[in-house]
Amino acid sequence: MSDVSLTVNGKRVSGSAEDRTLLVHFLRENLGLTGTHVGCDTSQCGACVVHVDGRAVKSCTMLAVQASGSTIVTIEGLADGAELHPVQAAFKEHHGLQCGFCTPGMIMTATDMIARHPEGLDEATVRTELEGNICRCTGYHNIVKAILAASETMAKGAKGKAKQAA
Amino acid sequence: MGIEGVGARVARKEDKRFITGGGRYVDDMVVPGMKHAVFVRSPHAHAQIKKIDVKKAQGMPGVVGVLTGKELKADGIGNLICGWMIHSKDGTPMKMGAWSPLAVDKVRYVGDAVVIVVADTKGQARDAAEAVEITYKELKAVVDATKAIQPGAPQIHAESDNNLIFDWEIGDAKATDAAIKSAAHVTRMKIVNNRLVPNAMEPRAALGHYDKAEDHYTCWTTSQNPHVARLVMSAFYNVAPENKLRVIAPDVGGGFGSKIYIYPEEIVCLWASKRTGVPVKWVADRTESFLADAHGRDHVSMVEMAFDKDNRITGLKVDTIANIGAYMSLFSSCVPTYLYATLLSGQYNIPAIHANVRTVYTNTAPVDAYRGAGRPEATYLLERTMETAARELGVSPAELRRKNFITSFPHQTPVIMNYDAGDYNASLDAAMKAADYAGFTKRKADAAKRGKLRGIGMSCYIEACGIAPSAAVGSLGAGVGLWESAEVRVNAVGTIEVLTGSHSHGQGHETTFAQLVNQRFGVPIDSVSIVHGDTDKVQMGMGTYGSRSGAVGMSAIAKALDKVEAKAKKIAAHLLEADEGDIVIENGEVKVAGTDKSLPWFQVALAAYTAHNLPAGMEPGLKETAFYDPANFTFPAGCYISEVEIDPETGVTDIIQFVAADDFGNIINPMIVEGQVHGGIAQGIGQALLEGAHYDGNGQLLTASYMDYTMPRAGDLPSFKVSTSNTPCPSNPLGIKGCGEAGAIGSPPAIINAITDALGIVEIAMPASPATVWAAIRAKKH
Amino acid sequence: MYSVNYHRAASVADAAKLLKSGDAKLLSGGMTLIPAMKTRLAAPSDLVDVSRLKELQGVKVSGKTVTIGAATTHYDVSADANLKKACPALAHMASLIGDPAVRYKGTIGGSIANNDPAADYPAALLALGATIVTNKREIAADKFFKGLFETALKEGEIVTAVSFTAPAKAAYQKFRNPASRYAIVGVFVAKGKDGVRAAVTGAGEDGVFRSKDIEAALAKSFDASALDGLKVPAKGLMSDIHASADYRANLIAVMAKRAVAAANA
Repeated sequence: MSDVSLTVNGKRVSGSAEDRTLLVHFLRENLGLTGTHVGCDTSQCGACVVHVDGRAVKSCTMLAVQASGSTIVTIEGLADGAELHPVQAAFKEHHGLQCGFCTPGMIMTATDMIARHPEGLDEATVRTELEGNICRCTGYHNIVKAILAASETMAKGAKGKAKQAA
Repeated sequence: MGIEGVGARVARKEDKRFITGGGRYVDDMVVPGMKHAVFVRSPHAHAQIKKIDVKKAQGMPGVVGVLTGKELKADGIGNLICGWMIHSKDGTPMKMGAWSPLAVDKVRYVGDAVVIVVADTKGQARDAAEAVEITYKELKAVVDATKAIQPGAPQIHAESDNNLIFDWEIGDAKATDAAIKSAAHVTRMKIVNNRLVPNAMEPRAALGHYDKAEDHYTCWTTSQNPHVARLVMSAFYNVAPENKLRVIAPDVGGGFGSKIYIYPEEIVCLWASKRTGVPVKWVADRTESFLADAHGRDHVSMVEMAFDKDNRITGLKVDTIANIGAYMSLFSSCVPTYLYATLLSGQYNIPAIHANVRTVYTNTAPVDAYRGAGRPEATYLLERTMETAARELGVSPAELRRKNFITSFPHQTPVIMNYDAGDYNASLDAAMKAADYAGFTKRKADAAKRGKLRGIGMSCYIEACGIAPSAAVGSLGAGVGLWESAEVRVNAVGTIEVLTGSHSHGQGHETTFAQLVNQRFGVPIDSVSIVHGDTDKVQMGMGTYGSRSGAVGMSAIAKALDKVEAKAKKIAAHLLEADEGDIVIENGEVKVAGTDKSLPWFQVALAAYTAHNLPAGMEPGLKETAFYDPANFTFPAGCYISEVEIDPETGVTDIIQFVAADDFGNIINPMIVEGQVHGGIAQGIGQALLEGAHYDGNGQLLTASYMDYTMPRAGDLPSFKVSTSNTPCPSNPLGIKGCGEAGAIGSPPAIINAITDALGIVEIAMPASPATVWAAIRAKKH
Repeated sequence: MYSVNYHRAASVADAAKLLKSGDAKLLSGGMTLIPAMKTRLAAPSDLVDVSRLKELQGVKVSGKTVTIGAATTHYDVSADANLKKACPALAHMASLIGDPAVRYKGTIGGSIANNDPAADYPAALLALGATIVTNKREIAADKFFKGLFETALKEGEIVTAVSFTAPAKAAYQKFRNPASRYAIVGVFVAKGKDGVRAAVTGAGEDGVFRSKDIEAALAKSFDASALDGLKVPAKGLMSDIHASADYRANLIAVMAKRAVAAANA
């Protein structure tokens, strides 16, 4: 057993867990953050993606104790209060989800993808960068559409903010 | 159509919880005192169980129970059943072997559940599961259905000689043989439909809770049809009487058929909860899902299609061997029979059809309905054969299809189905236009200049959905009726709850069903709640599969709405002192037509509950129930075209474009319908290019994780061009045909027809992986 | 996963000490080790986490000499501006490993110490004639990779860095296993001061290997056309449900040609 201290969605949390406890299980079972899912055993499906220290990683392939000291954002922490994150809003507007199981991981991957491509995204890039997220419902068509739309919205938002600042 | 009514592209109500992490799936459920279960599964495809020693496991840290099939049997838990009786052509009933939820004497596939271990944590349960000692005597295994019916093959169940479950036929053998004999041309093919693993992203899970004080069970399960689960667990498996068993299917992360069936795990978790005195939760690992979820497809067929000198089809003869796996799953018998062979007429006028189907046990996971269920197999067989025939006859694939299209309705096929409406030329025209079919020759030449091989392929599919008239399926052997129920509860303030027996696991019912209510009463969809998935809330229902939620589930709601509307109008007429026939309900107002007299909707509802001033003799309240039993199947149909480009150096197939033109009848929410088509197409392309379950000769599943089973990823697929046309379905009040399975049904032959066109060959196996395509190119060269 | 004891090393020296306890294993990105532990195929008693050690992180480019710390992630390699100038082929190769989430965690040291026969880095380092630096010595790539999941590393030895001289030209071409997305065939070609080297991953029964045939042909002319008609023997190549040895042999030739074309582009 080890002590695990994390900052999760802006809150400092700590708990005790077996060293073999995966981060995803710590989030789900110790912290009750069940939005992060487990869909495979081989680190491929991406249903478990969360942000650890600003990077989108697979929480099923990381021990909780390994993450101790890190800052984590999960799907539950993405929205700004009642206001949806632009990626969340785009997934809804463009019907980028059906059963919802892969959705949290998709959204966390997408926000990271958009952040990594400030120059903007095209369809081919989005499809390539979704390599590590599997969806069985949507055929990805509307997920791709949603990510492209969110990317544009966020770029406009950033420009708008820059203008305001100027 | 209002902004939230029928036909509107309304964003989904349910999305809010899913995009914020608030979905509630079975694995998210926590019950005080809950423990975790791991199943010990057979590592052998076929073996006798000589001895099970659980002593060591029982003593491991955290373990609260280690239970075997012997104890399960002692407690009277029954065997799993197949709910559809098929008789062989000699009149004998199908020969079904026993399937115990925990294997007792023998294991029959890798993954067969043998022991359940319950412990404080899943890790401890797994540790203890490894300590269970089972002595097996290995037996020879057989995985290929064509080999399993050969003399001398390993006998899997004592009940079925040579593993043959039934030898069934449909249609007119004599007339078909005569047509083939006198044909101007006969196209002959061997058609293999590859085995698939459904792979809903949420693995199956079950949480069983026995409440000793109440002598009552609750089961949270990943089910597409919780009521059927309760019925079957109660009536056949003796888990508990229905009034003592509540089944809840909360948010369910995709099903595609694989979550229709009642599997051993939920039965065993419920039973183990009583045995151990604690709530027991089991969640499948992905590899467990690969091993123990029902698989799909796995047919081998020989087909002969006869043509007259004008290229009109005169007969179709099909001989199919269907792999059922090691046990007969719940609907396994109807998939390769009444969901398959009854669709062999396709979109075509075929005067004589005969199909013979043999279903066979093998040492593989049980095979049952997977998105499309029988209809993809029929479509693949027909549309591959049509394509080959067109090439042999030297006519264009479109022309051959047009010549043979059914154009007047209703149309009675020789294989039971009575098509009620359709316009197959319209879909074909729309698809060819969207694909710029005419420009293909130039595109092919351009590709050739770049060293690439281009091909184009089409597929004109039909399916039977909205299953189905209860009396009809009953006469064909179904153990249940296939109606649906609905209850519409108008609250005193005018908000509405709709209780439905349909189950949403991605389909968006919370939105589309509310749109139907909005259309009727003008109540905002936010004021309409759809309640489903809980046997304590919804009295009875048949669930969601076979693209039936719209055609059957919503029709039931429409019927209940009729009753609510009639009563509301009576109340309004009374209050407004008008004639009942003059009352109209529009935009949330109840009006007297042609006057300015009106009441807001909520006031009518309130009046129903205050009951101060109701028509004489009227009961208070505004709540109605309806059961809807469809008059016929529905017949969605369409045309899919794919254009591919192949890199001859690597065998890689790029899908340049994929066009779908579907006729789903009336549509409630086009955005959701498109989403259903996209997902179906992705699964169909998956079958054609990527996916295949592969057992080795010893019955080991070689594709038991995403490391070896190729799931379609975003980069494997293009964006799709989809459109719909509409011949409303005359068989249900809403004119809906259903859209859930079309994509998976129509797309595989379109892809394979395009690949064989590009390569100039007749056949290629699915999945047409780069390695397979490259080998085909090489074989052609030599 | 079996029970395990986790240790976070304070330094490389500390890690070496910790590695002596029981059946301890180094944990870097964990992208291979943790999945193996989850499926109980690996069962170390202890894990020694070196992923946070600053001394093992970063890409340094000094003239033509490139040094990459063992705990540098694939993402950081792929995104390093200096490396993209000095040896864009390696940055590109790193951008093809796994998926974005895997690249954020997986490290170069972890990859080569594991020496998966389908991993990308072994081909790159072999073709680049790289040197593997450990806490004890320096090992030439030619001597480091020794068959399937085998390396020259001794008990308790820790990879600390990888260094190489940037080649004049280089490129990597990868053909993915459609399911796992590991390489079915990956070919890294490099033209450096010591001539042309070409290494193949994903295909060999004994893991990564240099193709003498490709190197000989390219030594004459570093041009894709030099490989026209090249017949790679299927002997010694892996065969599985995804690709036959013949198919892999074909892909080696095709990927080699494409890599040379990319290197010259």
